[in-house]
Amino acid sequence: MSDVLTPVLSANWADDRAWTLPVYAERGGYEALRTAMAMEPADLITLVKDSGLRGRGGAGFPTGMKWSFIPTDNPNPTYLVVNADESEPGTCKDIPLMMANPHVLVEGVIIAARAIQAQRAFIYVRGEVLHVVRRLRAAVREAYEAGYLGPNILGSGMNLDLVVHAGAGAYICGEETALLDSLEGRRGQPRLRPPFPAVAGLYASPTVINNVESIASVPAIVRGGIDWFGSMGTEKSKGFTLYSLSGHVKRPGQYEAPLGITLRQLLDLGGGLRANPDGSSSELKFWTPGGSSTPLLTAEHLDVPLDYEGVGAAGSMLGTKALQVFDQTTSVVRCVLRWTEFYKHESCGKCTPCREGTWWLVQVLRRLDEGQGREGDIELLLDLCDNILGRSFCALGDGATSPITSAIQYFRDEFEAGMHTPSRELFPPAASTLFPQEVTA
Amino acid sequence: MTLPDTTLDEQTIGELRELMGRYPQARSALLPMLHLVQSVQGHVTAEGIQTCAELLGLSAAEVSGVATFYTMYKRRPMGTHHVGVCTNTLCAVMGGDVILERLKDHLGVGNDETTDDGQVTLEHIECNAACDFAPVLTVNWEFMDQQTPESAVELVDRLRAGEEVRSTRGATITSWREAERVLAGFEDGRADEGPAAAGPSLVGLEIAHERGWAAPDYPEQADRDGSDTSKTKLGADEQADTSRAESETVAEQSGADVEGGKSDE
Repeated sequence: MSDVLTPVLSANWADDRAWTLPVYAERGGYEALRTAMAMEPADLITLVKDSGLRGRGGAGFPTGMKWSFIPTDNPNPTYLVVNADESEPGTCKDIPLMMANPHVLVEGVIIAARAIQAQRAFIYVRGEVLHVVRRLRAAVREAYEAGYLGPNILGSGMNLDLVVHAGAGAYICGEETALLDSLEGRRGQPRLRPPFPAVAGLYASPTVINNVESIASVPAIVRGGIDWFGSMGTEKSKGFTLYSLSGHVKRPGQYEAPLGITLRQLLDLGGGLRANPDGSSSELKFWTPGGSSTPLLTAEHLDVPLDYEGVGAAGSMLGTKALQVFDQTTSVVRCVLRWTEFYKHESCGKCTPCREGTWWLVQVLRRLDEGQGREGDIELLLDLCDNILGRSFCALGDGATSPITSAIQYFRDEFEAGMHTPSRELFPPAASTLFPQEVTA
Repeated sequence: MTLPDTTLDEQTIGELRELMGRYPQARSALLPMLHLVQSVQGHVTAEGIQTCAELLGLSAAEVSGVATFYTMYKRRPMGTHHVGVCTNTLCAVMGGDVILERLKDHLGVGNDETTDDGQVTLEHIECNAACDFAPVLTVNWEFMDQQTPESAVELVDRLRAGEEVRSTRGATITSWREAERVLAGFEDGRADEGPAAAGPSLVGLEIAHERGWAAPDYPEQADRDGSDTSKTKLGADEQADTSRAESETVAEQSGADVEGGKSDE
């Protein structure tokens, strides 16, 4: 049985100059690379497959299996692309990881590139995080200087070039096929699948796209082995992962733990929810398990194991493990409206159900938020969601429906109240802020 | 190749070509190229679009279609500094909405507008992946964490006065144009400024240290699955040494009560 918290990716974040190669190497950084260089690519794929590592970017697809889909008889070059476009509302794990520990990602990239026999790799990082871009570029430069990137890496005969590519502000580019279009210098719009990226990805060539945390977990797996990795986590959700706690809690932050920890455990570690002005602890109202695209959960789900199966069984998704916690002061209608405005803004416009549907959702939610809802608006929202879910190329539209349908499921009364009372009267926003304000309602 | 009449100088044209050379297909450089155009001209100009189009063998409409898709590309001249206020749901509820309103009042500008002195362009932004630091602001895409209306007002006042401002966990604030140059792909030598991590990023690690919790030690090389067939002798020796060093470090950091900590479960 492993400890409650198991820092691996975050173990060195408090080290002085942790982002530099010498400091990373002091803890055994790039040892896994040497091990991997002595292994056959197929054995590396088998290792990661057998480890049970699943994608940490939201979907939870087995990483090694993704790698194994790369055809070996395709005449085009193979590419590795790291999805570092972390933008799902609530999600804030990859950014601190790359800021503090960029070399674990670079090492993971080199090992993964060996596994799928790619000679070009890209880190597509969102543009709005300047210092992370600086740290990544510096780490890549150091890795070239050390001979870990470039031609004939460590005398193995393997060549790899790695480019850090900054995006330009578009949530949709976190969707893997939109990311590929963006990386090709186009508008970031999703592609119809099949063909899947493993066959026709970047430049219509075989491509693996993995989340930052997934790739960063690979060096530890190479170093620790399958049994070590599997000694953390649950049967079908193995290993360690970063949980990001935010909102009305005493100690928001990054908690690296074995998969399967519960929100109650995490809250207990951090001292629970924030204190009310009278000193009592505020009450949990609703939370997201993995960003705003995962259906909301409530206090009744505090003991749900936060692994892929556990959260799925509770009617939501593990997603990015972005635990956004809201207390009793918060209007769920206000929150759902704001998320929906986000999806409307970020819809790329390619598919009609998403483009038009999110626009109509916002219209209806705005009047409910203003207390001017009309008879039948709740049914209208549900009908709109039904016509968006599963009817577009990518999951953005699906994600847009998640907060709405789950909020209506758990807090229908608040939407009913939107027929006559503005949310700001029921839940004065000033009571929700983390800094004190006079509450006037 | 002939280029249109342009005020983009030789150096910039050279750097645009350099960016194109970093990719297997030159068009992949378009996003970085547009970042560079902004850094030189203060926004994405019609001239910049035409230049990128000529260099890449595209039409101006194709480049324009890309430039207008992404919110970081600005079609109007920007202030010296870009100040972003996160008003996505979590930050908004935690105080971002109040901060944005206070800044609009204080600066006398609306969303996406620039102050009369040309110093600050204010914009509400979407989730910037710092939710555990809410409410969050950015200056030229550097984090300014855990803000209040008062701290935000002080921040913009200092920016307008030309005082030195540091990101709460990044580098010294430069300017929006200088930031855009880094995003385009040119280092500015500031990667070593600021801490590795701060505040909420370290919470879990601190709790683990307090309680003597850690990931299991890495096994010795020979104990690992399949390792006996695939490692060189040299690699195995190095690995074993590192594993020992690692477990000693972990034991030290977690104090003498490692076993006790584990049995608390």
